[in-house]
Amino acid sequence: MLLMSHALDVRKLRFSYPGMPPVLEGFDLALAEGEIGCLLGPSGCGKTTALRCIAGLEAAHEGEIAIRGQVVSKAGFTVPTEARRIGVVFQDYALFPHLDAMDNVAFGLRDHARAERRKRAAELLALVGLPGSGTKYPHELSGGQKQRVALARALAPGPQLLLLDEPFSNLDADLRERLSIEVRAILKAQGTTALLVTHDQNEAFAMADTVGVMRKGRIEQWDTAYNLYHRPVSRFVADFVGEGVLIDGLASEADGIDTVLGALRHCPGCELKPGMPVALLLRPDDVQHDDDAVLKAEVVKKAFRGAEFLYPLKLDDGKQLLSLVPSHHNHAIGEKIGIKLHVDHVVAFPRAEGADD
Amino acid sequence: MQALESTRGAPRPAPRLGTRSWNAAAVAIAIALAAPIAVVASNLFVPGGQAWAHLVATVLPDYALNSATLVVLVALGTTIVGVACAWVVANCEFPGRRVLEWALALPLAMPAYVIAYAYTDALQFAGPVQSGLRELFGWAAGDYWFPEIRSLPGAAAMFVAVLYPYVYLLARVAFLEQSPSLAEAGRTLGLPPWRAFFRVSLPLARPAVAAGAALACMETLADFGTVSYFGVQTFTTGIFRAWLSMGEPVSAAKLSMILLAFVVVLLAAERMARRRARFHDVPSSRRRSRMELSGGARAAALATCIVPLALGFAIPAAILASLALQGGDGQFGARFATLAANSFLVATITAAIAVALAVVMAYGARISRSPVAGAMNRVASLGYAVPGAVIAVGVLIPAAKLDNLLADALDALWGVSVGLVLTGSLVALVYAYLIRFLAVALQTVEAGLARITPSMEDAARSLGLGPAETLARVHLPMMRTSLVTAALLVFVDVMKELPATFVMRPFNFDTLAVQAYNLASDERLAEASTASLAIVAVGLVPLIVAARRMVRPEESRTG
Repeated sequence: MLLMSHALDVRKLRFSYPGMPPVLEGFDLALAEGEIGCLLGPSGCGKTTALRCIAGLEAAHEGEIAIRGQVVSKAGFTVPTEARRIGVVFQDYALFPHLDAMDNVAFGLRDHARAERRKRAAELLALVGLPGSGTKYPHELSGGQKQRVALARALAPGPQLLLLDEPFSNLDADLRERLSIEVRAILKAQGTTALLVTHDQNEAFAMADTVGVMRKGRIEQWDTAYNLYHRPVSRFVADFVGEGVLIDGLASEADGIDTVLGALRHCPGCELKPGMPVALLLRPDDVQHDDDAVLKAEVVKKAFRGAEFLYPLKLDDGKQLLSLVPSHHNHAIGEKIGIKLHVDHVVAFPRAEGADD
Repeated sequence: MQALESTRGAPRPAPRLGTRSWNAAAVAIAIALAAPIAVVASNLFVPGGQAWAHLVATVLPDYALNSATLVVLVALGTTIVGVACAWVVANCEFPGRRVLEWALALPLAMPAYVIAYAYTDALQFAGPVQSGLRELFGWAAGDYWFPEIRSLPGAAAMFVAVLYPYVYLLARVAFLEQSPSLAEAGRTLGLPPWRAFFRVSLPLARPAVAAGAALACMETLADFGTVSYFGVQTFTTGIFRAWLSMGEPVSAAKLSMILLAFVVVLLAAERMARRRARFHDVPSSRRRSRMELSGGARAAALATCIVPLALGFAIPAAILASLALQGGDGQFGARFATLAANSFLVATITAAIAVALAVVMAYGARISRSPVAGAMNRVASLGYAVPGAVIAVGVLIPAAKLDNLLADALDALWGVSVGLVLTGSLVALVYAYLIRFLAVALQTVEAGLARITPSMEDAARSLGLGPAETLARVHLPMMRTSLVTAALLVFVDVMKELPATFVMRPFNFDTLAVQAYNLASDERLAEASTASLAIVAVGLVPLIVAARRMVRPEESRTG
């Protein structure tokens, strides 16, 4: 069977709250054994609901969910959460406040003898970098430590699939980045299949092998981080992942695009017909600062980012651009600076008249 | 109804898996607890016959007039006393304020019928007050006028003395939550402080005051001990007379329904007031500055708080204590121990069952996320507003029929005589208590559950635990404090309960409350004091804990 090859298989999932438009519709997803996937999207796109359906915390109305080839959810049939052999790391960690760290981790190890339970819990605490913290209660732990205990607790029973719901959103930026790399290393070392949900693309890129950008209850693009950024399949993905602007252009002969900023060559996979109006994606790093350039744009705002400045620029015809410039080029607002295009990956979408997306 | 409304508009979560049986259990309990009220209601359509016609023609207008007068007097009295205390405590600083803040709730430990006994003893013709006056001024009987305590205004005074804390507690919170700048704004607009109070503070606190007064009025309507002892004819005494003296269950049920109509009006008023109260602005983060009082103002503020506390608690407690020390219950000892044990027994049984049922109902509604279960829990909670006399009628009518059926059936089948299984035992009594007091446990347990985030049960379920195991290993340990509080509150309420106990106790099964009532009815007030004092003492400890927690929530630990 085809399903056997996947750790997780979700097909045509549909979910809605009574009297509301569906939260999930036509949601498809597949994770290979040991793969770390991520659902990325703005709030309200259904990513958390998808996770809760896979966990069995919500019952999907239509579609099928299979874990290691075993169907756990289809129309009119759902295996309850406790029988799915999954692990969940919750956004608020959900550590049991009346149990210490050790007992929290041992909570799901019910079929083991007491001594074995403690041994396994201690192993996991060591794995997540908290050896010797077993006697601490949740309120005595820092945010990062709680996160580690929650991960250890979810991993302890050896789940077939680990689900993480915005796991780092309560941590400060520095810790968030460090932990996401560390957690990825732990999961990879254990060979755990995992699915993460987040609205933070840095988190998604740091943690996941494959990222799905969600929109209106389904995955719009399921791809590597690199491709999401450089080869977005839709304006929505282009807009949501990374920074950038869309400028108008016309498809020219020979697979190129003419814009007010000049002509660009080669747009693979764009399926352009000559004369077709298109929207061209320009990332801030596609717009380079060059004092000798003929093309000038006015500095509208400036955001200092340490190594670089992000300059929102305005062209003479009022069009807005973003440009990433090394930070020794310190220009004043209102100043006109020279720019040129340097586009490695040309991304353009057909621009239907009147269509907004 | 409220539960339904609160979920409207917001996305309603789908039912959680594997929770159907919990939902069914919660709904079944709610139905069982609401059934007796339905029984009472069904009698509305049974023809009443001559006895009812007679009642309507003779005493019904009296019942209605007396009950209504009592309610109006109690509403006025508790509002004036409660608002005055609440405002002083919330806005003024004076020595003793921090203690008075919670001590003002103490009269709640005094059942109205208990202070009725105490004041009757002190104020009757032969009592120490009148004797003292006669001695002092050389008066003889008939030389002077002295208010008759055993009268309708006397009963209203008793109720105000012990029920004002309902208004006080709610109004105090309302005053504290008002941003101080509101009253200040009023004053910058040229209002002197006292007019700022009447034009700004009081109107803002009106919903809270109305809710408190409605609660006090519901307690007044539910009372049997006080009005019966004072000989004031109200619906509760009427129900008992129709039931016990006249043997007219249908008439008793019809009277119950009219009483219930009064209660429903009050309940609706309370709900409406509370809903409006929710729209008030949030407490300001600015630390509230209280007026420092000195001299005459300080004395006035102290008097405002100390007089109600003295009248509602200290003085009656002192009278009871001195009565108990002078003579007390002549049968104090073995007999008293039996009474205390009986009270303790029913209170413990009821508290344990109430907490267990409340846990099933609250947890069932929570995990099934069923609006039906939520609504049913509110229906079951209505019993708290239903007077004990009405519940007694609602339970006894079907229970007596069931008993007879059961006895006949067993007799016919096996020739054994079991007597009255339900009405002759504690079963019917505990059932009635549960109907009346389950709401107390349910509210406390729901509050405790609400403090546990749903991700706790999600986590437990994802770690392989079913709903029952999750409850046992996660929720119950986490809400221990709430469970103990719920049990204590029910325990104390059962200890104090008189009307339902009075009619439904098994033969020869007396409790402290029944003993106090019986002795007081026989004018043996000194002897009644011991049992009365015991009831107050038992209620005092949990009340102090609860009141301190209510007044200073930041000091209490969440369970």
